[in-house]
Amino acid sequence: MAMQQSELQARAPASVPYGRFRRRWSRGKLLLVMFVPCLLYYVLFKYYPMFGIVISFKNYNLYKGVWESDWVGFKYYAMFFQNPDFWLLFRNTFLLGLYKLVFGFPAPILLALMLHEVRNRLFKRFVQTATYMPHFISNVIVASMVVMFLSPTGGLINQLMNSLGLETVHFLTRPEWFRTIYVLSEIWQHLGWETIIYLAALSAIDPSLYEAAEMDGAGRLRKVWSVTLPGITSAIVILLLLNVGKVLEIGFEKVYLLANPTTYETADIFSTYVYRVGMTNGNFSYAAAIDMFTGVVSLVFIVMANSISRKVSDNSLW
Amino acid sequence: MKVEKWSLPSILITIVLILLVLVMVYPFLYMISVSLSDSIYVMRGEVTWFPKGLDFSTYQLVLNDARISQSYLNTIIYVSLGTLISLVVTAFGAYSLARRDMLFHRGFTLLIIFTMFFQGGMIPTFLAVKSMGIMDSVWAMVLPGAVSTWNLLVMRTFFANFPTELEEAGRMDGLSDFGIFTRIVAPLSQAVFATIGLFYAVAMWNNFMFPLLYLRDPELFPLQVVLRNIVLAGSNAGSESMGVGSDAMVVEESLKYATIMVSTIPILLLYPMLQKYFVKGVMIGAVKG
Repeated sequence: MAMQQSELQARAPASVPYGRFRRRWSRGKLLLVMFVPCLLYYVLFKYYPMFGIVISFKNYNLYKGVWESDWVGFKYYAMFFQNPDFWLLFRNTFLLGLYKLVFGFPAPILLALMLHEVRNRLFKRFVQTATYMPHFISNVIVASMVVMFLSPTGGLINQLMNSLGLETVHFLTRPEWFRTIYVLSEIWQHLGWETIIYLAALSAIDPSLYEAAEMDGAGRLRKVWSVTLPGITSAIVILLLLNVGKVLEIGFEKVYLLANPTTYETADIFSTYVYRVGMTNGNFSYAAAIDMFTGVVSLVFIVMANSISRKVSDNSLW
Repeated sequence: MKVEKWSLPSILITIVLILLVLVMVYPFLYMISVSLSDSIYVMRGEVTWFPKGLDFSTYQLVLNDARISQSYLNTIIYVSLGTLISLVVTAFGAYSLARRDMLFHRGFTLLIIFTMFFQGGMIPTFLAVKSMGIMDSVWAMVLPGAVSTWNLLVMRTFFANFPTELEEAGRMDGLSDFGIFTRIVAPLSQAVFATIGLFYAVAMWNNFMFPLLYLRDPELFPLQVVLRNIVLAGSNAGSESMGVGSDAMVVEESLKYATIMVSTIPILLLYPMLQKYFVKGVMIGAVKG
């Protein structure tokens, strides 16, 4: 009894928050030191710019800098919403993202299902190696290839079309082709790579389920439907969620590289517009206001996608 | 599952997959063939699968171009320095985040995760980089992307699953947290270092946006920018008709393909060997998801 008490007393100070804090501090300060470079990165390159968004409420003056420039309130936001280009940009960004989702999302699932049916390991490995590869090619090279292959003078595709008796199409200067070209090139680039997670989920399916299905007389398609697909449903839902949340976050590089003034009607999206307004015309405040707007809308999209999914199924990101 | 090896569905799937492989590989095959062919055959549009009338002159021209060799060197510098810095900062950060006993563990984790959902955007980030005075320097290429949140979280997951017995043993021997990481955890985690290092290296090799935003001096341009200026700026402006007669036009095409191949070959050659590391990286990340 007495020993127990002295033990309690010895322990007591440690359970007081302040004491625990001090002990963790003295034991863990080296860990904190190790974390400092990483923290510094996030503060300087993520949070400092986040506060830099205040220039969207100011009239940015090169000589006064971000903090000293004069306040103008919502002037640039109003300017953006009243701009006739606003709806065009919104439509282009949204449709490009939507088409990418509608056509680009199911593609890797189909490929993964097909790869799962392949019994020959060597062949499977070969297909995987070949289809993962374009993921590592830069956007500049992919855009270069697209432009060269679609060229009206001697481009591979037009050559092929001519030999089939079709007329030459100026793909890259026709707005109606831009979305198709962009989405197809995205699929070409990332289709294989995006199968990895599905293949991992597929390999985790218990083989005895297939045997049981066979005993019940299930055919090949039935097995895919009743065993394989349910096995990857949660992976599909999580990835769908992530992708719906990112509908408006279209990579800047490739759109910038493939678009040109003749196709702006369908190809100009928020980020390329921000680049032109900010970097080319030097209107930083206006461009930052658009940055802020897209950032907030994306955030709303992610939160919405998550809450819908949480209601409908058991899967959610947080 | 062993029956019906060559049933109709199997045959169909095999055909579809072979076609898919062709779609992925043929563009490269075509570019190699055209760039290595004699200009007469290219002009007649006769090159389809293999080079005709082997001719290395386009590659000679590309490799002798001062812009390309300079930018190649720049890219190599950015990739090596950038990967080194990224890897060190990410590894130390990831290890301390993986240790739940770190002070402010939860706060720091939230701080980092929040940046996945909301960011300052292109212009505020540009102004921040500019105000740090690192525009037009190696640092503008290397620092703004030094940590990728995805890579950081992948590494954190990996370190969090590291056997604690080993760390405890190190502590018994009087090692500090720093010593435990550098002497025990890091040497036993070479695979994850290789994987994440490769992700950083490829991202840096391919990066086009940073030089577009942060570099003005042509002497500092990396390969991707020069590549774009040669291949895309030309064709976007419709300068293909600029050549003298149709012969020059097609040679220009081979030249562009040769330029593309020269800047892609390192990745195409290394990729098959490194593939398993890349896949491993996605797997570690997915376990947590």
